[in-house]
Amino acid sequence: MSMLHHTGRLILAMGILLAATQVIWPTHAVAVDIQAVTSASGVSAWLVEDHTTPLITVKISFRGGAALDPDGQEGLAELVAGLLDEGAGSLNSQAFQRQLEDKSIRLSFNVAKDNFFGSLQTLSQNRYAAFYMLRQALTAARFDDEPVNRIRSQILVGLDREEEDPNAIAERTLNKILFPNHPYGRRNRGTREGLRSITESNLKAFVGRRFAHDNLIVGAVGDVTPAELESLLDLAFGSLPGHAASWDVPETTVRSSGRTVVIHKDVPQSAILFAQNGLKRDHPDFYTAYVINHILGGGGFTSRLYEEAREKRGLAYSIGTGLVTFEHASLLYGSAGTQNARVGEILKVVRDEWQRMARGDLSNPEITDAKAYLTGSYPISLTSSRHIANRLVSIQLDRLSIDYMEKRNDFIGAVTLNEARRVAAALLQSDDLTVVVVGQPDGVVSQTVQ
Amino acid sequence: MPFHRHISLAFAAFLVAISLAASPARPSVFGPETFKLANGMQVVVVQNHRIPVVTHMVWYKVGSADEVEGSTGISHFLEHLMFKGTERHPEGEFSTLLARIGGRENAFTSYDYTAYHQTVAKEHLALVMELEADRMTNLHITPESVETERQVVLEERRQRTDNDPRSILQEQALAVSYLNYPYRRPVIGWEHEIRALTLGGIMAFHARWYAPNNAILVISGDTTAKDVRPLAEKYYGVIPPGPVPQRVRPQEPPQRAAREVTLRDARVRQPALSRSYLAPSHGYGKKDHTYPLEVLATIISSGATSRLHRNLVVRQGLATTAGAWYDADRLGPSRFGFYISPRPGTDMATLEAAMMKEVDAILADGVSNEEVSRAKKLMLASAVYARDSVSHGARVLGAALASGQTVTDVESWPERIQNVTAEQIVDAARAVFKAEMSVTTRLLGLEAPSQ
Repeated sequence: MSMLHHTGRLILAMGILLAATQVIWPTHAVAVDIQAVTSASGVSAWLVEDHTTPLITVKISFRGGAALDPDGQEGLAELVAGLLDEGAGSLNSQAFQRQLEDKSIRLSFNVAKDNFFGSLQTLSQNRYAAFYMLRQALTAARFDDEPVNRIRSQILVGLDREEEDPNAIAERTLNKILFPNHPYGRRNRGTREGLRSITESNLKAFVGRRFAHDNLIVGAVGDVTPAELESLLDLAFGSLPGHAASWDVPETTVRSSGRTVVIHKDVPQSAILFAQNGLKRDHPDFYTAYVINHILGGGGFTSRLYEEAREKRGLAYSIGTGLVTFEHASLLYGSAGTQNARVGEILKVVRDEWQRMARGDLSNPEITDAKAYLTGSYPISLTSSRHIANRLVSIQLDRLSIDYMEKRNDFIGAVTLNEARRVAAALLQSDDLTVVVVGQPDGVVSQTVQ
Repeated sequence: MPFHRHISLAFAAFLVAISLAASPARPSVFGPETFKLANGMQVVVVQNHRIPVVTHMVWYKVGSADEVEGSTGISHFLEHLMFKGTERHPEGEFSTLLARIGGRENAFTSYDYTAYHQTVAKEHLALVMELEADRMTNLHITPESVETERQVVLEERRQRTDNDPRSILQEQALAVSYLNYPYRRPVIGWEHEIRALTLGGIMAFHARWYAPNNAILVISGDTTAKDVRPLAEKYYGVIPPGPVPQRVRPQEPPQRAAREVTLRDARVRQPALSRSYLAPSHGYGKKDHTYPLEVLATIISSGATSRLHRNLVVRQGLATTAGAWYDADRLGPSRFGFYISPRPGTDMATLEAAMMKEVDAILADGVSNEEVSRAKKLMLASAVYARDSVSHGARVLGAALASGQTVTDVESWPERIQNVTAEQIVDAARAVFKAEMSVTTRLLGLEAPSQ
């Protein structure tokens, strides 16, 4: 019965890239088998079998997230995610939750711009009950009035709470500027008006249209064999339709505004976000950009921004950058928090570092160290089933092959100093940065630079 | 955000009710191996062979509650400065070496302990031991780096506390939750005292408390005590023990008046209410009550069918969230608290009355045997989940040992939970939920919250 389409052997070389001044550590390989499993009804999953703990951890994703919320129903995906475990089939909300608790099953759903995620964890002895509950949540959610009103009010309160948080205000403002007239510019939680106007039939229509075989991705880890997983996949997903309703999110490039926007809030520390266009996941220079980001601000306590802003000047407790890849856009963003009096100073550090790297001021040891960290830390992050399951899903979401984990460190390792200089010069545009400051910054005002 | 360093755990600890986990099958939790070095350093090893990775932690039995009056924040400031280099490994080298092997590192400070940890491929265990042992005794700090780091710590304080009305209220409430016990002082310190800390004072604090006989080495992951012992002896065993002072903590006097703390702040959009009561911990007060209180916290606050959520959020529809917290892993007195936040349209008086009705119901009617057995089942089943992660066991054991418990205490937790009865729970609740031992907090916007 078992249909193993492909077995990707995951060999992660650790600690092979070393600076010349250091002792040569022995190399070590982490081996994890990823098996591709396909059930009788055609549902496929990636599985890492591990029988050391009697636990099964599953992460699922349906492509299509909050960006697909129809106009006038902003917040629909978020509301559905909050309601799928609030009653299904013959069980009302409390009865459904009690069944989960009686069997120590952990089930939850959440939403991102491009995806609708589910997470299931169970003792392996309760696996059939767990996958049955997942099936019920996905196919027979009740959307009774009581939980609908309750969860809706919780999301509305969440929107209010965002107004208390300078970082959340900054993020919302930044997204609006970067993605004007695009669904990525909206909040995943939606809007007050949208949430209030969503009806039971909207919720049911969402379930009917969005959950299907052709947009489903599954990663499973733990105490289950491939053959068992096949029947569990059929149990949970077998009755879903073959195809999700089609959708269209336009491709977009992050707007290069060059603007600084100040939102005045009475707080002692300004929350600062800055962003420009990034490189998408399938761009040929993606790995080079990834290494550049690490050196600039991605690498925890060894990055240039950390060194210049925090270690040398005491300007911030936290500062860093990240490369964010959406399905239809990408951005290079950063964040920092500093007292109002020093906002101008920290923004100068950010712009100086942006320009310094764009000029090609990069060295071989920096590239070597960055690659050593990025390759060495990859397997170390696989310290729990949840981490591994998340990785199995994100690799599939990025449309990478089952042997990706095996190849990934070679992609990083191939980045050279010359490549990094070329990509940095093209990518890093300090004049394009959109900056949002929430606080009472001294000497920084809202402006539009061209 | 992709970075996180030097976390103060004070508030997290206050919010996490149940952190231990247990096995239903036999009376043990993590099955650690443990031994002591000749210089008095305790070593604990938790095996987890999922991947060839180890988490290495050194816990010092000193935290903010051990600080001398007037020098709040010194243990946390020192934690930051521990990353500033030694004579052998100057500033930045520790983190650079760690980064080159793909290692992850961090540190945190709480009331009862300060901990430093790294997660690395197992063949690098010797390296992290060498680096961690080095900064236990050879810290080399310049006056300039103290001044720069002082700015960083002040930014951390702004970020965690001053920027957030909820944190400000919590800090104010803690200051009146203990009349005499040092938990009344914030872990990160009061701003004016952070500004006044000196290099000499910080180095003296380091010399006084950072010694092998005041430290616990906890290693979890793909290793065994047999492998760890020679390394521990080589790197930590050579450090001479120090004249570490006793942790003399003042006693909390009887609390005789209910206290109320209200913060009105224009930033607040969602009001909140809490009431907490002085409670025993595994390290302080009437220890017979701690395990019953842990089971009670589960009954009333764990999951969607727990009492507070079911009654206040679902059935009565008054609240968006409602729950309880209790943390027994303390050297000093803990608190058992209730919290609730209104749905739009619920006024605060109604909300408070509804929450207090739940407290009164526990005192008057106790809990049912069915509730007790369901809670135990939940608590015991969480063991399997807890053993899944490579580092979780190290964190639980380290926190327990550094706050006065023993390995046996941790390992016999399932048995002690299993033995709790409904009668013990109501006895403990009646001893703890007394108005004169309570602090009520109200977080309000500037407008009338009921609108």
